[in-house]
Amino acid sequence: MNQKGKSRIPEIISKRESDLLADWMREQLAATTFRGDLMKESELREQSRRFLNLMIRAASQQPNLDNISASTWDDMREFLSSISRSRAHQGFTPAETAIFIFSLKQPLFTMLRQELEGDSKRLADEMWVATSLLDKLGLFTTEAYQKGREEVIGRQQQELLELSTPVVVLWEGILALPLIGTLDSARTQVVMESLLQKIVETGAGIAIIDITGVPTVDTLVAQHLLKTVSAARLMGADCIISGIRPQIAQTIVHLGVNLADVITKSTLADAFAIALRRSKMTITRLENPS
Amino acid sequence: MERIPILKMGDYLLVTIQVDMHDRLAMTLQDDLTERIAKTQARGVLIDISSLEIVDSFIGRMLGNIAAMSRVLDAETVVVGMRPAVAITLVELGLSLPGVRTALNVEQGMSLLKLARAEQENVNGFGER
Repeated sequence: MNQKGKSRIPEIISKRESDLLADWMREQLAATTFRGDLMKESELREQSRRFLNLMIRAASQQPNLDNISASTWDDMREFLSSISRSRAHQGFTPAETAIFIFSLKQPLFTMLRQELEGDSKRLADEMWVATSLLDKLGLFTTEAYQKGREEVIGRQQQELLELSTPVVVLWEGILALPLIGTLDSARTQVVMESLLQKIVETGAGIAIIDITGVPTVDTLVAQHLLKTVSAARLMGADCIISGIRPQIAQTIVHLGVNLADVITKSTLADAFAIALRRSKMTITRLENPS
Repeated sequence: MERIPILKMGDYLLVTIQVDMHDRLAMTLQDDLTERIAKTQARGVLIDISSLEIVDSFIGRMLGNIAAMSRVLDAETVVVGMRPAVAITLVELGLSLPGVRTALNVEQGMSLLKLARAEQENVNGFGER
């Protein structure tokens, strides 16, 4: 493919840019994947125009059209990343995002055929260059789209992790740790660290771990709980596990998990009562409330 | 040679580990401590590890051993001030030190020792030695 060095594609596109844009827009608007509900036609036209501009600029600077990771394609890549990301947020599917690039193929090929009529060998070469370039750009948008989605998921995961492990000071020397959601290794690590840190900060002697919000307890979760209890004990704080639902009690026994060394209570209130008693405190009802 | 000081406070021995433990130092401490318990007839040992940042399985096991040896020599052991990171490491190593009493700080450790001693006296029915 020595011909690639002298590709006429940049020249042809820049010569007939407005025709190409019109054809391309027609193609995109007619396609079943056009999402008029998510994006206005004017916005799409602006993006398409911008894309062709960048394409001409990048392609004319560099005769070799093959390598879209070269620095001359920086602007193009940035542009594609930004529209992929915005489309990911707007609710486009990956296919609908990539079709933005792929729909350019037909108008571009038609145009190449018109321009290079009579030179079939040249036409075949140019078609190949155009296909490989557009494929690469299309795949790049899909990748960028995916990356945008992953960023969202990662951020949500992080937020969830931070939100889901509050350590509450219930009373002087008594901490509560209400756990909500499934416990996995990463979360248990965060839970354990924040609990131990809070024990150091407050000097609390008793910690109540409430698992009312934990949907299932399997051997792994039970092991994680026991690890947390042991670590707290090593630091000199006792743990009480509360909020064990009947089904969970059954599973724990069936699994053969030994919770014998841990104080377990069915509700947080029971656990709190025993914690108060251990701290030699009591709650009394006022005789004559004023 | 480097040694960890053992202080006597009444009936109790106080050990404050302020340097990073290596295996030799740990063995020396074990020897010195058992020697001192026997000599002073101490009733309790309080080991403060609040400055200890790094533990390995050997040090973890050594803490357990010291506690077991002290119990044989009729002295309760309390380990106080363990850092969260150290506690997590020991648990991950599978060393949850079952026979060792723990407390958050020296003050609580002392009251725990006194409590343990009172309990023991009630059970045994013996008063002061």
